Amino acid sequence: MSILEAIFQPGWVDTALKVGIIVVKILVLIAVVMFHVAYATYFERKVIGRMQVRMGPMEVGPHGLLQPIADMLKLFFKEDIIPEKADKPIFYIAPIISLASAMSALAVIPFYKDFMVANINIGLLFVLAMSSLASYGIVLSGWASNSKYAFLGGLRSSAQVISYEIALGLSLVGVMMMSGSLNLNEIVKAQAAYPTGFYAIPQILGFFVFVVAAIAETNRAPFDLPEAESELVAGYFVEYSGMRFALFYAAEYIGMILMGCIASACYLGGWTVPWYLIKILPFLKYVPGIVWFVGKVYFIVFCYYWIRATLPRYRYDQLMSIGWKLLIPLALLNILITGILKVIF
Amino acid sequence: MPGTYLPESYLPIFIFIIIATLFGLGALLIGEIVRLRRPYHEKLMPYESGIDPVGEPRVRFSIRFYVIAMLFVVFDVEAIFLYPWAVVFDKIGLYAFVEMVIFIIILFVGYIYAWKKDAFQWE
Repeated sequence: MSILEAIFQPGWVDTALKVGIIVVKILVLIAVVMFHVAYATYFERKVIGRMQVRMGPMEVGPHGLLQPIADMLKLFFKEDIIPEKADKPIFYIAPIISLASAMSALAVIPFYKDFMVANINIGLLFVLAMSSLASYGIVLSGWASNSKYAFLGGLRSSAQVISYEIALGLSLVGVMMMSGSLNLNEIVKAQAAYPTGFYAIPQILGFFVFVVAAIAETNRAPFDLPEAESELVAGYFVEYSGMRFALFYAAEYIGMILMGCIASACYLGGWTVPWYLIKILPFLKYVPGIVWFVGKVYFIVFCYYWIRATLPRYRYDQLMSIGWKLLIPLALLNILITGILKVIF
Repeated sequence: MPGTYLPESYLPIFIFIIIATLFGLGALLIGEIVRLRRPYHEKLMPYESGIDPVGEPRVRFSIRFYVIAMLFVVFDVEAIFLYPWAVVFDKIGLYAFVEMVIFIIILFVGYIYAWKKDAFQWE
C-alpha cells in the first residue's frame, strides 16, 4: 500500500508523462545510434577496401548496402558457444556491462542545440566514468572465459585502457579551463563565442593527445593490441560467439562513435559553425545543427579508419611508452600552456 | 515524501542505464529463441589453435600490471582533482593557478621517480 501511495502521490500523471518522454527519447536515440553502428561497419569496410584498391562489400544489395543487415541476421542465428569451464554468470554479464556502459555515456551528448537526454552539469566526468566502467567488461570477460588467450588479452587490454584513460582525462582539462564547464552543451556554446569558433586551434596539443588516447581507449588500430589476431587470436572475446560477440562488437563501435561525439563537441564546435564561415557563405546557417554534428562525428570516425589502414600495429612496450612517457607529459604541458595563456590574456 | 532528495536531472541517466541493459538482454533473448544449440565436448573446449589446452588457463602474469594499476590510481585521482579547479579557473585567477602548478610539480617529481625506477619500462 505504501509503495502504491508513493507512486500515485498527487501529480503522478505529470511524473509519468515526464518519464514517458524520457523513455521515448532514449529509445529513439538507441535506435538511431544502433543504425549508425551497423552502417559504421559497412563504412569501415568500404573505406578500407577503397584504400587497399578493393571494392569492399558488393554482393548484398546495391553496392553491398544491405550487408550490415545480413551480418546482423547471421549473428542472431549463430550458435552461442559457452566453454565448459567458463565462469558462467560472469561470462554472461561481461558483454552486457561493455554495451550498457558504452551506450549510457551517450545520454549527455548534445546532438544539437540543447538536445541531450540528461542535462547534467558533470557531463564530461560522466562520460569518462562510463568509459572506465567499460574496462570491467573487458577484464571480466577475459577472466571468465577460462582461456589463455582471453586471459592475456583481457589483462593487456585493461592495462592499456586504464593507462590511456589518464591521458584522455588530462587532455580534456584544457577544454574545461577554456569553457569553464563540464556540461557538453555549455562547452559547445562557449566555443561558438570563442574567436576561432572551435577549440581545436588553441587546444591543438590537447586535441592531439585526445585523439591518440581515444584510439587506444577504444582498442582500435594501431593500438588494437588486445585483439592482435596474429598473437592473441582475438584477445578477450576469443571465446564469445554469436550474439554475445555482437554485443562486444557493437560496444566497440558505440565507443568509437562516442569518442567522435566528444571530439566534435569539445574540439570541433559541435552543432555550431564558425561565425566567419557564415560570413563568407551565408547559406550555411540554414543547415541544421544535427547535420554539422553528425558530419564532424563521421569525420573523426573516418580518421579512425584512415589511421587503421595506414599504420602498422605497435608493440606492447611501445604502446605503454607512448601512453605514459609521451601523452601524459604532453597533456600536463597543455594544461600549463592553457593556464598561462588564460592568466596573461 | 519529505526528506527524500531526488536529483531529477539524473533520472534520465538512471533510465538510460536500465534500457541499455535491457537492450543487451533483449538481443541475447531473441538470439536464444532463434538460434540452434548443439554442444559437444570438443566444441566447448577453450580455443587453443585446435590442440588440447595445456596447463592452467589462468597463468601467472607480470608484476608490471600491478604497478600500472597503482600508478593509474594516483594519476586518475590527480586528473579528477584537476576538474573542479579547471571549471572555476576564471573565477579563482592567478593565485590558484600558481598553487596548482606547485601541485603538478610535486606530482611530476613522483612521475620522474617512477620513470627512473623503470615503472614504465616493459621488457
